[in-house]
Amino acid sequence: MKHKIFKRILLLLLLVLAVIICFPVVFLIVGSLMGTDELNHYLGAVLGKADGFASWALLPTYPTFKAYVQLLLDSPEFFVMFWNSVKMTGAILLGQIVTGVPAAWGFARLDIPGKKVLFNLYIILMLMPFQVTMLSNYLTLDAMHLVDTQWAVILPAAFSTFPVFIMYHFFRSIPKGIIESAELDGANKFQVFLSIGVPLGSSGIVSALVLSFLDAWNLIEQPLTFLKSKTLWPLSLYLPNISMDNAGLAFVASVITLVPSLLVFLAGQNYLEQGIAASAVKE
Amino acid sequence: MKISLNKKKLTDIAFIVPSLAGVSIFVLIPFIDVLRRSFTNVSGTQFVFFSNYITIFQNAAFRLAFSNTIKFMVICIPILMIFSLLIAVFLNAGIRGANYLKTAYLVPMAIPVASVVLIWRLLFHQNGYFSGLLHMFGMQSQDWMDTGFAFWILVFSYVWKNLGYNVVLWMAGLTAIPDTLYEAARADGANNIQCFRYITMPNLMSTLYTITVLAFLNSFKVFREAYLVAGDYPHESMYLLQHLFNNWFRELSLDKMSAAAVVIALLILVLILGLQRSWDRED
Repeated sequence: MKHKIFKRILLLLLLVLAVIICFPVVFLIVGSLMGTDELNHYLGAVLGKADGFASWALLPTYPTFKAYVQLLLDSPEFFVMFWNSVKMTGAILLGQIVTGVPAAWGFARLDIPGKKVLFNLYIILMLMPFQVTMLSNYLTLDAMHLVDTQWAVILPAAFSTFPVFIMYHFFRSIPKGIIESAELDGANKFQVFLSIGVPLGSSGIVSALVLSFLDAWNLIEQPLTFLKSKTLWPLSLYLPNISMDNAGLAFVASVITLVPSLLVFLAGQNYLEQGIAASAVKE
Repeated sequence: MKISLNKKKLTDIAFIVPSLAGVSIFVLIPFIDVLRRSFTNVSGTQFVFFSNYITIFQNAAFRLAFSNTIKFMVICIPILMIFSLLIAVFLNAGIRGANYLKTAYLVPMAIPVASVVLIWRLLFHQNGYFSGLLHMFGMQSQDWMDTGFAFWILVFSYVWKNLGYNVVLWMAGLTAIPDTLYEAARADGANNIQCFRYITMPNLMSTLYTITVLAFLNSFKVFREAYLVAGDYPHESMYLLQHLFNNWFRELSLDKMSAAAVVIALLILVLILGLQRSWDRED
């Protein structure tokens, strides 16, 4: 009996925590549907237009898409940045697939001299914060005259070693027997990789991509450091430049930035979990 | 040592060449140049021994940023790890809807940093929600981002963002512990707490290593929030190494940056190797 009550209370606490953690999403969506007057009413205190403190409503009283229309029709610079984000994220993911997948397969399954040392080096690099590698990146990018082009953001991220690390664990778990029997049938290294490695490790590839997407969609330091022209900036740098007077726009821009990553998150949730978990278990 | 490179081996190596080439060009080779620059003057023409290192350790901004960063990690990593472990243990104990809760805890990973910043501004503004809440209890309101409290906002945001990620990591470690161990212990009359102490904890040691390392890596990413909400020069309690690097980069103080990058890279390397060693000793 006592045990049951304890479990109930625990469940309740965990539920409350979940609601608190997810509240920002609800908050942003509700805010994006409010009209200017309503937002001014609730947030007036923060915007310096009223006394007292900011307040909020669970649902908008007069829901409106006005702010959406304004942002989507009257803000060309928003489109440019959205498109910049899509381009850069897409190019980064493509680069990670083209170079990362074979590399992960090589480290996991092939006989490469010194691969243990190299793979440890990859792990160490993956753990270095941007600040440590930023000057290195800059020196190369500068020598290649790529500073202030989107390649400056794309190229270093495309060679990130983190996806290699995630995919490595999935390739390791493919049973040896399958590969050996394919080799007995006369398949060469590339055929084994393409017809066995890639399909059987596909969940690993997808989970690495989901993790990379969430990161690439949120890049702040790299574009801030390497891109001087604002026309090249990604969406993640758009929001901070909206002043609080335009609270309605800020809410809508937040929601629109949020939607792609939330969709990827929901669609790839199982893969995301697998990807996170893959690094936790020691081989 | 003689490495015979027959054709078969060359095919194997081909798999990692693209990735390794990119990593070498953008990180490894230029880092050697960074190392060299850390011993030269700002134009890179004159060898100055350790004077750059002496300069940065005497630099007040570096000392502030360095100690804030260390303080931040020492405080937030244990909070995150203990809190997420507790939740993982509860979720693993067969609570109904555990999967939904887990998803809810992961949602912050999908919320763009820029949107988080909008909410922060509303929460912690002088007339924001936090002040309003305290006002109800008769406490003074203030602009929280401009006080020592800013540091704790950063800690809170780090825990909020990384909680789900760590819960998934811990749960992966927990499910890897065979049930038979618990059954045997219970047959011997062990209670829940004893089971946790003598079975769960020792079996989670390898997960602990991964989680510490990843938590450490992710702690560098709070700069995104800190920067977007407060700019180049935030309240001094949240002036982190990341801010310093940015400011030095803008001033083109490549000599100081090189020395600091080398110092941080070394510290992280020592930390990883130390953790890895204690981890290997466990089994």
